[in-house]
Amino acid sequence: MDLGPVIDGFGVVLEPANLLYCLIGVTIGMLVGVLPGLGPAATIAILLPITFEIDPVGAVIMLAGIFYGAQYGGTITSVLLRLPGEASSVVTVFDGHALARQGRAGTALGIAAIGSFVGGTVSVIALSVLAPLVAGFALDFGPPEYTALALLGILLVSTISGGGRVKALVAACLGLLLAVVGRDAFTGGERFTLGSLDLADGLDFVPIAMGLFGLGEILHSLERRQHAGHAPVAVHDIWPSRADLRRSSGAIGRGSVLGFALGVLPGGGAVMASLAAYAVEKRRSPQPERFGRGAVEGVAAPETANNAAATSSFIPLLTLGIPANATMAVIFGALLVQGVSPGPRLVDENPELFWGVVNSMYLGNVLLLVMSIPLVGVFVRILRVRPAVLAPITVLITLIGAYTVNNSVFDIALVVAFGALGYLMKKLGLDPGPLVLAFVLGTLLEDSLRRSLLLFDGDPAGFVTRPISGVLLAAFVVVALLPLSGRLRRRPAAAPPDSPDSPASSASSGRGA
Amino acid sequence: MDDAPGAPPAGPLTGLALAVGVTALGVATVIGSLALGAGTPARPDSGTWPLLVGLALCALGAVLAVRFRRPDGAEAFTRASWPVAAGLATTAGFVSVIGTIGFEVPSFALMVFWLRVLGRESWRSTLLVAPAAVAALYLVFVAALAVPIPHLL
Repeated sequence: MDLGPVIDGFGVVLEPANLLYCLIGVTIGMLVGVLPGLGPAATIAILLPITFEIDPVGAVIMLAGIFYGAQYGGTITSVLLRLPGEASSVVTVFDGHALARQGRAGTALGIAAIGSFVGGTVSVIALSVLAPLVAGFALDFGPPEYTALALLGILLVSTISGGGRVKALVAACLGLLLAVVGRDAFTGGERFTLGSLDLADGLDFVPIAMGLFGLGEILHSLERRQHAGHAPVAVHDIWPSRADLRRSSGAIGRGSVLGFALGVLPGGGAVMASLAAYAVEKRRSPQPERFGRGAVEGVAAPETANNAAATSSFIPLLTLGIPANATMAVIFGALLVQGVSPGPRLVDENPELFWGVVNSMYLGNVLLLVMSIPLVGVFVRILRVRPAVLAPITVLITLIGAYTVNNSVFDIALVVAFGALGYLMKKLGLDPGPLVLAFVLGTLLEDSLRRSLLLFDGDPAGFVTRPISGVLLAAFVVVALLPLSGRLRRRPAAAPPDSPDSPASSASSGRGA
Repeated sequence: MDDAPGAPPAGPLTGLALAVGVTALGVATVIGSLALGAGTPARPDSGTWPLLVGLALCALGAVLAVRFRRPDGAEAFTRASWPVAAGLATTAGFVSVIGTIGFEVPSFALMVFWLRVLGRESWRSTLLVAPAAVAALYLVFVAALAVPIPHLL
């Protein structure tokens, strides 16, 4: 491996402007993680317009910082308020808040910070080694491989998302359909523009993401009466004791590996990783009954894993150009707007961006560790800001921010329309994640499919006979048919033997005790 | 986290409406695609890909129709949904007038409505937060970033 570009990448990160963007990113990320409601995908979507003023390297460094910063911020509310700020911190609630009630909130936050740091760093080291290898392998990919890869990615994300897979696939089809609107790249003819001039160039990604994730999320939260005025628990003794560290070291190690592996898989990501890591620790523990009643490992494992996964989910994005989850789809969109198309050539053609972003994660993790502990007091105070005050401010920032992308009122109207759609989708159990992912991949998918068909002279067997696309399509079929076989096997049994929810449900029952 | 703790699951009517909506969208897509030109596998045309997506939507709509009784994460629309409609209406109003009267007045009106009516904040905090927020937005977007958003001042 040629270390030259890697070292140059550190040079890029250490430029004062990029250091600042990294700092801003992790700070915003932590803040957003602390505030329940808006997830990282929503925040990144709302902040997209700001990044257009910045050069691509700085922009992605900042967006990446928001993403992994949010993973840590979510912990703080989970521990102090029993209110997960992020979906990936849901399992942290069980043992984290139990510890807080025993007066050990500091220990829980400290262990989470250390675990997050270790998980993130282990993951970024593995990323540095693996990503160029994956990219090198993917250089041989042609249109058929990309067709298969994009199909597999969309299917995997739809498999994991909430609300059932049929609905997730409906959402994905909606995304594919929206990607069709505008001019056909092959013939130049207009498609599904309904005669509108504004739609002739197709739909922009930014207002869609801002509407679905940003406005849609806020509208949906209007319906839930949010409890304000929680009295957060007092925090002291943040440094965990030696016994706590010894007890959690295994959990942190396993969480790092598990998180890295699950983060790479499309659809895996931080949520799956935290659930899986918690389940593994509970199963391995000689006293599983401690879990849910303040086991330090129950905080260490998921917090390590979600940071490791947040980092490793950059691998498919930066090396294949396939975002592994909704947040990565938003970052993908941001890169496209900046004129950078992520893919296997990125490492060679744009090493400054690639290694700059990767190496910024080392630094970001150090910043998170250093900042999170002294800033806990500030975050606790921020939690007192009522959602009723925050909501309209966020709405206005979203609407005016949308205008800045193309200086067009039409974009604000799109945000409102997609905000309404996002709310409706949430009500109907359709996850907006697959929609955004499919929208981002839609053009690539159609282009590669049409090119492949021309290449094969219309014979679809060509997809199967090429080794890589054949294997990817086989994987597609396996993933598509897996739930059917599971259902057949499960039919005699009353309850599913093991689902990702099981640690949550068992822990919540333990919490009541 | 997204599931509201008290939101009741949707009834079969919502499930049926979704199935019908998805199928209708699929059919419309198929018709539109055929108008664009469906092409052949050897010579794909503008309509080929949307045709495939439209057929997939029809198939998924059929599956949803068969199991319309399963809520699968859908929430019922209740009286708690009215604030959402009101909130959405204010954002739509914001868009419709911003081109003619600038963003300051609609922003202020939106803030007041969301704070006082939707958020049930006191008049005191409403009249404290709303002007401050609009002023901050003006300073950031107009004064600092020089965004050419329609504005009065």
